[in-house]
Amino acid sequence: MTSAAFAPLPLQQRALAKWRRFFRWVTSPHVILAIIMLFLMFYMVIIPLFRMVMTTITYAENDVRYAPGAVPGVFTAFHWLRMLTTKIGAVMTYQPMLHSLVVSFGATAIAFLIGGSLAWMVVRTDLPYRKVINVLAVVPYIMPSWTIAMAWKVLFNNGTLGGVPGMLMYFTGVPPPDWLAYGPVPIIIASGLHYYTFFYLFISAALMSIDSSLEEAGELAGASRFRILGKITFPLIIPALLSGFIMTFSKVMGTFGGPNVLGVPVRYYTLSTMIRTNITVGAFGDAFVLAIILILFSMTTISLNQRIVGTRKSYETIGGRGFMSQKTKLREWRGVIAAIIITFQIVVAVGPLILLLWSTFMLHTGDYSLSNFTTAHWIGKGDPKINSGEPGILLNPAIYRGAWNSIRLAVSTAFFTAFLGIILGYAIVKGRGTRLAKLTEQLAFIPYVIPGIAFGAVYITMFTKPVGPIPPLYGTFALLVVVSVAKHIPYSSRSGVSAMLQVGRELEEAAAVAGANSWKRFTRIIFPLTSTGFVSGFTLTFITTMRELSLIILLVTPATQVLASMTMRYSENGSEQQANAVILVLVALVLIGNLIISQFRGGSLKKGLGM
Amino acid sequence: MATTITINHLTKRFGNVTAVNDVSLVIEPGSFLTLLGPSGCGKTTLLRCIAGLEDPDEGEILVGDKLVFSKQRGISLPAGNRELGMVFQNYALWPHMTVYKNITFALEIQKLSKEQMDKRVKEALAEVQMSDYQDRYPREMSGGQQQRVALARMLAYRPKVFLMDEPLSNLDARLRMDMRVELKRLHHDSGATTIYVTHDQLEALTMSTYIAVMKLGVIQQLGTPDRIYHFPQNLFVADFIGNPKVNLIDGVIKGKNKVDLGKFEIAMPTHGASGDIVVGVRPEDISISTKPVPGGVEFSAYSVLPSGAESTIIAKLGDLEITVKEIGISKIKMDEKIWLKFDPDCINLYIKETGNLVSS
Repeated sequence: MTSAAFAPLPLQQRALAKWRRFFRWVTSPHVILAIIMLFLMFYMVIIPLFRMVMTTITYAENDVRYAPGAVPGVFTAFHWLRMLTTKIGAVMTYQPMLHSLVVSFGATAIAFLIGGSLAWMVVRTDLPYRKVINVLAVVPYIMPSWTIAMAWKVLFNNGTLGGVPGMLMYFTGVPPPDWLAYGPVPIIIASGLHYYTFFYLFISAALMSIDSSLEEAGELAGASRFRILGKITFPLIIPALLSGFIMTFSKVMGTFGGPNVLGVPVRYYTLSTMIRTNITVGAFGDAFVLAIILILFSMTTISLNQRIVGTRKSYETIGGRGFMSQKTKLREWRGVIAAIIITFQIVVAVGPLILLLWSTFMLHTGDYSLSNFTTAHWIGKGDPKINSGEPGILLNPAIYRGAWNSIRLAVSTAFFTAFLGIILGYAIVKGRGTRLAKLTEQLAFIPYVIPGIAFGAVYITMFTKPVGPIPPLYGTFALLVVVSVAKHIPYSSRSGVSAMLQVGRELEEAAAVAGANSWKRFTRIIFPLTSTGFVSGFTLTFITTMRELSLIILLVTPATQVLASMTMRYSENGSEQQANAVILVLVALVLIGNLIISQFRGGSLKKGLGM
Repeated sequence: MATTITINHLTKRFGNVTAVNDVSLVIEPGSFLTLLGPSGCGKTTLLRCIAGLEDPDEGEILVGDKLVFSKQRGISLPAGNRELGMVFQNYALWPHMTVYKNITFALEIQKLSKEQMDKRVKEALAEVQMSDYQDRYPREMSGGQQQRVALARMLAYRPKVFLMDEPLSNLDARLRMDMRVELKRLHHDSGATTIYVTHDQLEALTMSTYIAVMKLGVIQQLGTPDRIYHFPQNLFVADFIGNPKVNLIDGVIKGKNKVDLGKFEIAMPTHGASGDIVVGVRPEDISISTKPVPGGVEFSAYSVLPSGAESTIIAKLGDLEITVKEIGISKIKMDEKIWLKFDPDCINLYIKETGNLVSS
């Protein structure tokens, strides 16, 4: 397409021109970075997913036992038929599916009720101590998701499973009914109480951004307060609500800890615990069928959300921050309501920790008398009569190894994730409008729809053999880092993009005009200006990785145990006190880490979530 | 020393929108060219293409003898290699660097010694009267001060060409006036070829040696401020330039020396035009009188708007409305009878269908 004003050039020069243009395109930094990112995500996300699907449609070595005539490595619909059409399928697939749905909907509903009403109270009323409530609301998020489940067990265990009675039974003598001790009800409550933070953060951000004159207009028109809430406020925060919904729903769907502690002992399996069970017996094909079902559920939820909200930007609220005005007056109820809320939050956040702490000072589980008090689980020298002779937590080298692994994992994951976030943000924002950038953004979104346990499952088959230049990673610590980084890509790219959008494009252009090459522009201008985004991305990832279980439970080996997986192992072995003590160590480490990071300017959980 | 900039058949599209449409332009060395037009006319895009911040879809750009962009030859030098300096609308000072660091950033890249850098910073800051602000951070300065520093930052690395993208639009009216003075002085002293983008016609008229009026990606007229003001090439330029706005009156040619404006006629050479035309006459080119004068047309004063140095009078005859400018505070009262007289030498004729000027 040469303009008529220019005489056509000879072929050779035209080819040269073409090459120059291509070279310039391919060496522009956002293109290079986007291409690198695409390769990386291809390895970290697409290939594993592909391998997972392949595993479900090929015979494995140990299928010979169940399927006569099976030849390993040959294509088959065996796993799918078995999991979806046979009697085994009813127990292994449909029942866990139903359970997962029940648990996810139940927990999401509870999380919404708590998070939503807290958000409204804090943003829209004259409640005192709003700052305290605001801080406490984020506390559950920094605790391992199964903390409440463990505490529940301490409190409500009723001894029907041959175990020791819980605190309630010990003090009242009445065994709590089975439905309260185990199964869906406690799982729902424990997960709901843990995950209300998302709803709280999303809804309060949305409420804050609504111009309250919209509501005042309704009030002037003579609508009642209740009507305004339903007809004006509620519809305006629907996008935020749905974001909270998918985030909570898919988290609970993929969660492993709670259902494992409270469901598995009574054979109440969810998809995630059933995946684990299948993996432990080596039935990878079957496990992956379940994992794919789990992914499909998660994808359906998210695409429904997008259909309803209309755009992918469902996280965005209604616009610029309007100024707050009229707050609902609670009058004489102010103090009482604040007290109730704060008490509730403390019970939910600190209560479980106290229960766990108490239980770690008991020689025998279930005996709450003072004579049973011991410090053996913390600083015991290793009495063969207690815990098969393992020394107390604080003297146990295995714990220190686990703690070191946890910290190592969290710090390196946080570092790489935050770094990738900035790179992804740069590639996506600078390439806005190009197909390459769009593709990068879409690929970066994929891990979002894959629930934690399924994502871990994906990585089992991957990297057992060398893939291209990558050595076999199975069983290594590096694999844990890779899977954690990969799972965090959606969050990091989002916070990277928002950090990058805050740096006006003129700032980089001014540097370009002044003669700075792309490396100089990145290191001297862009990186310093996005460092707050880097820190908040780092904080968020550090916290979530420290207490992450679902993602890595299938990938840890005895050598790469982290604290989170250790608590689960202790709990499964019936060593309640150790399990609980390790959780406490874990929470302490997260808090210390968070404290250290918050010394850097500007990092905050909210920013890390891209809000 | 000053540099010529040559633009040949430049086109830039964004999706379906053609922001710059086959623009050709030679910018004489040492001139101060303003790209003027309403928002969305492509003036900023054209500037960014020259700067190397956008890649055009067609055409060539030469800075001096250097081919910095050629679609046909596949050449596009990075912005930093074009020896241009640019001042941005929102200053684009790097917020994490002091004034000193902002200025030396480019000098470090040019590998100047510490002493040379200090000297350049001093000179540049003195030039914009900001000598005491070396250690401030951008957020510690007012908008006007930031803009001066942005200017100093550009001056310090001595580019051959200055590019300015609406540099004054974020300043308040008073500061804008001061900065106009400074910028014009700066251009005069440095003699560097300058390309300046603005939507403010007053800014364009006061500062430029040449103005290019743009609309929908096409240059409507390129000329000196004088030409642009007195002989707008078409109705768009006529309407865009001037405050208060030019009077545009529909009419019909009546022979060689007469134009019929419906309510009255004006005797003037029609240069061979025929049919429907539009008459363009600037408010200050109409004389006004409260008594009948020979050749005067009777109007009534619909509204009188004195503003100190001058007064604007809206005269009405039936539904024909004409704006007239008078020096000083007008004595005319509203609804008073007035007589307007048009100077045939100051009237421009436009063909109604094409909107183009009938040239004399």
